[in-house]
Amino acid sequence: MNPQITLAVAGRVLTQIRRDHRTVAMLLVVPCLLITLLWWMFADLPGDLFDTFGPGLLAMFPFIVMFLVTSVTTLRERSSGTLERLLTMPLGKLDFLLGYAIAFGLLAAVQATLAVTVSVGLLGLDVTGPVWLLGVVAVADAVLGAALGLLVSAFATTEFQAVQFMPAFVLPQILLCGLFVPREAMPSLLEAVSNVLPMSYAVDAMQELVGAADTVEVWGDVLVVGAFALGALALGAATLRRRTP
Amino acid sequence: MMKNVVEVRDLVVVRGEREVLPGISLDVPAGVTGLLGPSGCGKTTLLRCLVGAQRVRSGTVEVLGEPAGSPPLRTRVGYVTQAASVYDDLTVAENLAFFARVLGVDRAQVDEAVAAVDLGDHRDQVVAKLSGGQRSRASLAVALLGTPDLLVLDEPTVGLDPVLRRDLWDLFHRIADRGAAVLVSSHVMDEAERCHRLLLMREGRIIADGSPDEIRRSTGVQDVEQAFLRLVEGRGGAR
Repeated sequence: MNPQITLAVAGRVLTQIRRDHRTVAMLLVVPCLLITLLWWMFADLPGDLFDTFGPGLLAMFPFIVMFLVTSVTTLRERSSGTLERLLTMPLGKLDFLLGYAIAFGLLAAVQATLAVTVSVGLLGLDVTGPVWLLGVVAVADAVLGAALGLLVSAFATTEFQAVQFMPAFVLPQILLCGLFVPREAMPSLLEAVSNVLPMSYAVDAMQELVGAADTVEVWGDVLVVGAFALGALALGAATLRRRTP
Repeated sequence: MMKNVVEVRDLVVVRGEREVLPGISLDVPAGVTGLLGPSGCGKTTLLRCLVGAQRVRSGTVEVLGEPAGSPPLRTRVGYVTQAASVYDDLTVAENLAFFARVLGVDRAQVDEAVAAVDLGDHRDQVVAKLSGGQRSRASLAVALLGTPDLLVLDEPTVGLDPVLRRDLWDLFHRIADRGAAVLVSSHVMDEAERCHRLLLMREGRIIADGSPDEIRRSTGVQDVEQAFLRLVEGRGGAR
């Protein structure tokens, strides 16, 4: 591993994304619009349903978006030959993976700052815990999404397939994360499945911050999300081969 | 007498069910060497072995005295794949600056590489907007970074117009004059005349090896294309 190369990869990925104005706009604006839509949807209902569902949505954006963007960009990198070329150069696999993780982590930090500012500042989301910790959770989610995206891109041969991994990998996690049905109220098998899915911990962390605000719990969840991300990166590294058949 | 830049011995490569290289041996000296053969004869697989990108079953591949693909070679071997392996959404200069950082070479080399492939007027243009020939030259420029001792080029002139092809061959010779070995694959036989040395390949085997003159003389024909056909048909008759 070489920090200079890692940063070169991160810088390059950010330059590529910056050049694509439409993607940047979507990355930053769409989460804010969706969270506003959620708030509006609950506007006429009694109770504080927005406070219940808002945090879950804040946890999902970075995960979903980064999953999609990374799986498509790395697939492109694999199919265009640039990855093969890079792997004949003095680039470590970790340089490549961490470079991507840093770039998308930064992007997620900006995205989360915007979405949290809109949620808390404009829409009146009640956050009991420290607001900056929402950002930390969002970045951890983003890195997790990016890591999983990198991993699945190894199993896709076309961009169509890569996009199909989204319903296959991400939707079940959204269903089982405890947002629709509390996890402890699910059939025990599903609860067990939910316990081993990273999104459950991401959503937990956000809900904890808004509700009880036990920061120890939040950090515990962040650690679990981080461990999943590291695991996915390690598996992703195993799919990067200098020599291919 | 300089040692060969590349030495391949009894190399066997199997892809899927097919034995693409059934035990090939060859040497590449300094200068411009052409690897010629029909599409699908195993040229790309062989080149991938030289840069350490191909999984091999058995045999040895030595480049500059080291096993192919070993860490010390990663800055000394330049490789251009058949498709232009550069980032479409970056400019020519950004692509080169990125690869220069990965290779740990001076930024000044970026300008040299751009000049060498004659893309000075397009250096700040996004690669996606370039023509096919310009894109492959951008990809070639990346391989020139760090002044490699061996340049492995997989069909770098395919689909280019005659003027551009001539310019590129001149460039290959300039690089070789500097002391590097340049290995160029092609399925266009008329490019053979531009090489110091030729390796004719068919179905994963080297069927002839020598200077264009030697090959013409040994087969008794006027040009390398005819020589190739004669060798192929001679071999077919013996089977």
